[in-house]
Formats: sequence, structure tokens, C-alpha cells
Amino acid sequence: MPLTFHKKPALVVYVTCGDPDLGTTLKIVLAAIDAGADVIELGVPFSDPVADGPVIQRASERALKHGTSLAQVLTLAAEVRERAQSTGLIVFSYLNPILRMGMEKFCKVARAAGVDGVLVTDLPVEEAGEYLRAMHEYDLSPVFLAAPTSPDERLKQIAGASRGFVYAVSRTGVTGQRQQLAEDARKLVRRLRRVTKLPVALGFGISTAEQFAEVGSFADAVVVGSAIVETIERNRGREAAAVGEFVRGLLAAEARVL
Amino acid sequence: MAALEELEREYERAKRDKKFQVRLAELLTTYAGRPTPLFFARRLTEKLGGAKIYLKREDLLHTGAHKINNCLGQGLLVERMGKHRVIAETGAGQHGVATATVCALLGFECVVYMGTEDMRRQELNVFRMRLLGAEVRGVSSGSCTLKDAINEAMRDWVTNVRTTHYLLGSVLGAHPYPTMVRDFHRVIGREARAQILKAEGKLPAAIIACVGGGSNSIGIFYDFLNDTKVRLIGVEAGGRGDKLGDHAARFRGGSPGVLQGTYSYVLQDSGGQIALTHSVSAGLDYPSIGPEHAALRDAGRAEYVPASDAEALAATTLLARTEGIIPALESAHAVAEVVKRAPHMKKSEIVIVNISGRGDKDIGIMRENLEID
Repeated sequence: MPLTFHKKPALVVYVTCGDPDLGTTLKIVLAAIDAGADVIELGVPFSDPVADGPVIQRASERALKHGTSLAQVLTLAAEVRERAQSTGLIVFSYLNPILRMGMEKFCKVARAAGVDGVLVTDLPVEEAGEYLRAMHEYDLSPVFLAAPTSPDERLKQIAGASRGFVYAVSRTGVTGQRQQLAEDARKLVRRLRRVTKLPVALGFGISTAEQFAEVGSFADAVVVGSAIVETIERNRGREAAAVGEFVRGLLAAEARVL
Repeated sequence: MAALEELEREYERAKRDKKFQVRLAELLTTYAGRPTPLFFARRLTEKLGGAKIYLKREDLLHTGAHKINNCLGQGLLVERMGKHRVIAETGAGQHGVATATVCALLGFECVVYMGTEDMRRQELNVFRMRLLGAEVRGVSSGSCTLKDAINEAMRDWVTNVRTTHYLLGSVLGAHPYPTMVRDFHRVIGREARAQILKAEGKLPAAIIACVGGGSNSIGIFYDFLNDTKVRLIGVEAGGRGDKLGDHAARFRGGSPGVLQGTYSYVLQDSGGQIALTHSVSAGLDYPSIGPEHAALRDAGRAEYVPASDAEALAATTLLARTEGIIPALESAHAVAEVVKRAPHMKKSEIVIVNISGRGDKDIGIMRENLEID
């Protein structure tokens, strides 16, 4: 199923799978969908999450302690897909676990599980030849990150290789919540709109309803990650309910357009 | 990516700029103390009874290891780029010290990331960095050693990329680092080649160097690459055993993977998670290896062997008592290999061992592990 944003702005929710355990992750994901999330990013924990701040680092460490693997995340994706037909599903992973599984095998299993797209954090477009071939072969949408420091030429290249949407990173930095959205964010989305017709999702640092509404005014989708992962960390024993409440709270500040 | 491209452009410009080359050469001689001697180790040669052993004395360089060759080169690039803040990762602390040294010399703000486990076992270097004016930030995630320090340095860099240069200390990471760092260390091999020809009138049969990330080894190997009769031997950390997690020998049990922006041999588990590693020497304790080494090994041009913690410690004492040189534990791995190899080589053959650093920083570890009366 192609990745499309049915509402404007759409809400993309990221979770680190396996924190605290895969069973709970399934419940959390379904609660987020129920509360209004349009797309779910299933985060694959990695030993060296260089693009992540302390919240997602901690979640990854916890998930890895009981051996959460890429293979298990793909199985989880199939379970989500069984219960949620119209939600967009993206596998969000660093490159090495995918390389280890094999690009071909990964895409095959992901497609069969009902995954729509993949975002590989540390794979730049310049190195993505083999990946793009496999993704196209299995009809999966490759999502790439665009940074405020990317020159226009590169933004064009990134957008050209992307399917579904372009993920704009709101600021120079790693994942994590921030009080104020940097000026970088608006400017980046503007620059992207000049080089692509694809929808633009903005992420990194968004945690409040106000920020959601603000970003929603200039981006097509808003990605919320660390705030969700921290909600999970802080609500042991009632993770799914807490995430459901949090997502409803995020969407409360604005009436979204269908 | 933008920062990497800027760095590559700046580096290419500097390579062609005569003034840059002259200034770097001047600093390498007047400040760092190059050229370093190539020393004939007579007593060690006699004791082992085989090939003639020469030691390349990178331990005599300012700050006590080869690291400063690269720091001076990158330091001058930072000046050209107009940046004022420098960050670095460090394992044993030698690269951290060399970075702090060059930042003091050139007037930059300096932050060094170091695993808390490494800070504990290389205390002397932590103190030196702070005395030199650098801020040392302990990293207590993951294994609390070098790879975790690199993760944190990379996070700092992507956050502060507009004002900050990441002064990477080895032939690792994304392009242009592996090439650039190797180029800055090529002076080691260039000197050694001229020195051995002057001393002996012929080339060595073999060159031995320890390999962590691989900067000192590629530095001494590079100018001999086309001398196909010269065997190039890299020595990895054999640690305390063969099991994953007990060593850092990438070519023993590692497989191709991507870590921290590089595709090379990586010690990893079946799910692609990066393995923990162990070595008595902090500077060799890293799960990946410079990609150029991977290429040399796959091409059969260089060979890589392990030396265990015990062998390295024994080699330290041997070199101290036979030649009056206390090597860094990293370099001791190279000495351990020549102990095994020289006796089986002809007396007419020459072997050069790169002593990449001195052992002052390791006194604490040596005290814990060696029985000294």
C-alpha cells in the first residue's frame, strides 16, 4: 500500500520496538492508531544509535537486553498489519541489521508483512543504489532524511530518491525533545517544497500540542518520537493507555482536515 | 553530509597548497620533533636470534605517540575553514591529548569524548587533556569505551556542525577521514623507507605494526605498498580469548558491516548488533577496522594476526629490559609479533616494528598485571 497522508496534518508516531517488550509494543501501536496516528514508525533497536539522543538510546538498550531483533520487528509489523489495514507502516532502522539480514531478504519479508516504507537512518542517498533497487523490486517506499544543512542540490537528490514522503529533520542535532522549534524547520520545508511535490513530514523535537499545531501549519505530517518513547518509559505497567492519552492530547489543539 | 563535503573540498585544496604543506612540515619538525629515529635494536635481535630488528620511534614524538601527525594536519584545516571549536573521540587518550595539544597551540576550544571505562584505565591522559585546557566528557553508554565515545562525538558534531570540526583520530569514519588521516600519517613510512635504505642499503622483509583503527599501521605501510616483497603485518588485539566479546580481532570472526559511517569488517552478532570487545590496551579495543586495511587484507597485500593481552604484557617487559624502551600496550602487540616471527627469519633479513607510542599512560595497567619486584 503506498504511503499517503489521509489527514492534514498527518501524525507519524515512532516507537522503539521491544521496549519494554514486543507484546507491549503491539498494544502501544494499536493504542496510538486508535487515538489518531496515521503512520507508525517501527524503530529497530541498535547497539550504536548515533543519531539518537538519550531517550531513544535508553529505550534501545532496554529493547536489546532481551534480544529484540530486526526479524522480530518484521513479525510485529505483520501483527500490526493484521489489525490495522489502513495505517502506514514504516520500518525505521540503522543499516547494519538490514545488511546482516540481506537487503533482498529484508525487503521480501517486509513486503510480505505488509510494511509500506523503510527509513534507514545512516544510509545516505549516495550509497543507496543496491537498497533502492531492492526496495523498488518489492514495491516498498524508501524514505530519506533531509537536514537543514543539506544544500539545495542535495535536497533535490534526496527528494528524487524518496517515495511516499520526505522526512525533514527540524534542526541540526539528534532525536530529543526541545522547547522551541528552530527557525531551521520552516526554512527547510520551504526549500523542500521548491524541489519536490512529495508530502513533507517534519520530525525531531516535537512533543506538545502547540508544536504539533505549529508544524502542522507548514508541513504535511508531524513526526513524534522521543516524546512517545519517554511517555512509555514513564508509565510502566500502563504504557498503551498513556500513549493513547498522549496522542489524543497532541491532536487536541487543532481540528484536522480530511 | 554537507560538513563531510566541505571537509573534503578543503582538504583537496590544502593538498595542492604549497604554503599549507610547508607550514605543516615546519610544525612537524619544530614542534612535534620529526623525523623520528629508526633504531637498530641490537640486544633484542641477538636475543631472538633471527632477523635484524629496527624500531620506528613514534613514541619519541611530542605527546608520546604518532597521533599528533594527524592532529596537526587537521588542526591547520580547521584554521582554513574558520571554525573555532574542535571535538574528538579518544580510546587510550593519546589522540585526545594530541588534539588538546594542537588546540592549545592553535587557539581552539576543545572537547574530548572518552568512555568512562577508558578514563579509569588511562587516568594520566585524562589529567593531561584537562591541563592542556580541553574539556573531557565521560561517556557511560554501551561499553563505555572507544566506540561509545565516537557515538557521542558524532552526536555533538551533527548538533554543532556549523561551528565545530570533528577531529577524528584514526582511519575510520566516512570519507574523507580514512584517506585524509592516512595521508597525514604517511610521513612515518616515508621516513622509515629512506632511513632503512640509508642504514642497510636494502628494504625490509617485513613491517609490523599494531592495528586499532589502523592509523599508525597504514602510516608506516603506505609508502611500502608497491614494494611487493615487503610483507606488511598488522597485529590486532587478541584479548583474553576467542569468544566474541573477549577480543578485538576484526579479521578473526568479524564480517562486513556498517558502523559509524564506514563499511568494513566489524565484530557483530547474528542480528547485526555490534559486539562488545576486549583488549588490555584501550587503543586497540574497537569492533571495526579502517576500510583500507580491509581492502589490503582482502587483496592479500597485508596480513593480520592477533596478539593476546598476555603476549603484549610480556613483550612490554621484554622490550623494557632488552632495549630500555617502555612501549604503549598497543605498540607492545607489534613487539609480541616480532618475538614470534624474528626467530624464524634469516639473519640477513630486516624487520621494522612501529613503536606507535610510549607506555607512561599504561603504568597503572602494567602495575595491575605485571609482577615487578
